[in-house]
Amino acid sequence: MDKLKIGVLAMQGAFVEHEQMLQSLGCDTVQVRKVEHLADLDGLIIPGGESTTIGKLLVDFGLAESVQKRAQQGMPVWGTCAGLILMAKEIAGSEQYRLGLMDITAVRNAFGRQVDSFEVPLAIDEVSSEPYPAVFIRAPFIEKAGPSVKILAEHNGKVVMARQGSFLASAFHPELTQDGRVHAYFMDVVRESRQKV
Amino acid sequence: MTTEKGTWTVKKGLAEMLKGGVIMDVTTPEQAKIAEAAGACAVMALERVPADIRAAGGVARMADPTVVLRIMDAVTIPVMAKARIGHFVEAQILESLGADYIDESEVLTPADDLYHINKHDFKVPFVCGARNLGEALRRIGEGAAMIRTKGEPGTGNVVEAVRHARQVMSEIRKLTNMPHEELMTFAKEIGAPYDLVCMVAKEGRLPVVNFAAGGIATPADAALMMQLGVDGVFVGSGIFKSGDPVRRAKAIVAATTHYNDPQVLAEVSKDLGEPMVGIEIPTIPADQRMQERGW
Repeated sequence: MDKLKIGVLAMQGAFVEHEQMLQSLGCDTVQVRKVEHLADLDGLIIPGGESTTIGKLLVDFGLAESVQKRAQQGMPVWGTCAGLILMAKEIAGSEQYRLGLMDITAVRNAFGRQVDSFEVPLAIDEVSSEPYPAVFIRAPFIEKAGPSVKILAEHNGKVVMARQGSFLASAFHPELTQDGRVHAYFMDVVRESRQKV
Repeated sequence: MTTEKGTWTVKKGLAEMLKGGVIMDVTTPEQAKIAEAAGACAVMALERVPADIRAAGGVARMADPTVVLRIMDAVTIPVMAKARIGHFVEAQILESLGADYIDESEVLTPADDLYHINKHDFKVPFVCGARNLGEALRRIGEGAAMIRTKGEPGTGNVVEAVRHARQVMSEIRKLTNMPHEELMTFAKEIGAPYDLVCMVAKEGRLPVVNFAAGGIATPADAALMMQLGVDGVFVGSGIFKSGDPVRRAKAIVAATTHYNDPQVLAEVSKDLGEPMVGIEIPTIPADQRMQERGW
């Protein structure tokens, strides 16, 4: 089987860390800044950063609709932190731009400001039987999720990771750790979707 | 399961999230909203922008907490605030307000002429200015989780930011080619902690995110700094001292993302109105150069 080619949206934020992790797991990566960078990608990651900044640049450079179109045609997409917010259909108390790929309601800065940012060992049974070192930075959580959304992890009763078909959202930052298990999980989602095509 | 707050990973991690972005100086909630709408990844809450601090003279201090709190209320993006070099009580106050990052800044009048703040004491992360690798690594040794070039604030003249970015990059390049036995003497010469010198020699980069600051006034300036290898830019006086802050702010954000694409840079540089009036560095008396502050 060919190598997977996974794009990382490079409008703003921690896209290089995602690329490094994917490369260490044997993927080819592409920094996605323009529509043509989406061609022949097997999957896409929307990284952490500022969701308002990334959303605005997606619209201004005509990338938003193309990403939505590819996603609706079956390209797996994973959003981390700001990426989770952009994946959501609803954002509590905000009109900011979002891709709206997942039937979830995101709450921004839901655990507080930077002084409340934290690390915690997180149980994600679907990913691994051992807890994952999750890094939460001014993180969102998922307040509501539709019936076709599968909850993958919770912290203090708040949903922090979920999957809907080949779409994935996590409130924390696997790219800031040296632990590739969540990226490997997303690569499995990408492989499954490739087999369907 | 135990939750840990204020760890090095989350302090450094917020800076990682700001990469590829523009942090804008703002003095009012209205300006903060303009910055957020234009795509700023964070704002710096100030009472006066550096150009006005320079013009006013006298002692420049931490902003009134009311100014910081109002700006925090106005936007959802991270809000930074400045404390004077060595003034750890100003930093304690800013931390208690809930500021997301503290800039221990040469733009304000230093409160201590020998020592910087011990930034390890705080849960809130700090960014500090640097003109060279030694200065950057001393600040990181004290606990800074993010570095920015100093440039010369409030001038609208990018030459000093370029000089400082090139200086840091060239010292890093030199270091990566050094055999291990030369590292201790190099550490002594630049006045930097030995363990951090070894880390930079191995990794070929600073151990924290490095932004450019001090004199960036146009989209081309921002792209220039990005092409020189910084992770993002601070724009101080350059936006709200220009003729059309909304357009200029948007253009600088776009230029920071598409810094390697001259066609996009040409497009966003059109019709921006008057840039801020710049100052030639030699016309600033040596004792009024902000970059000299810091030890």
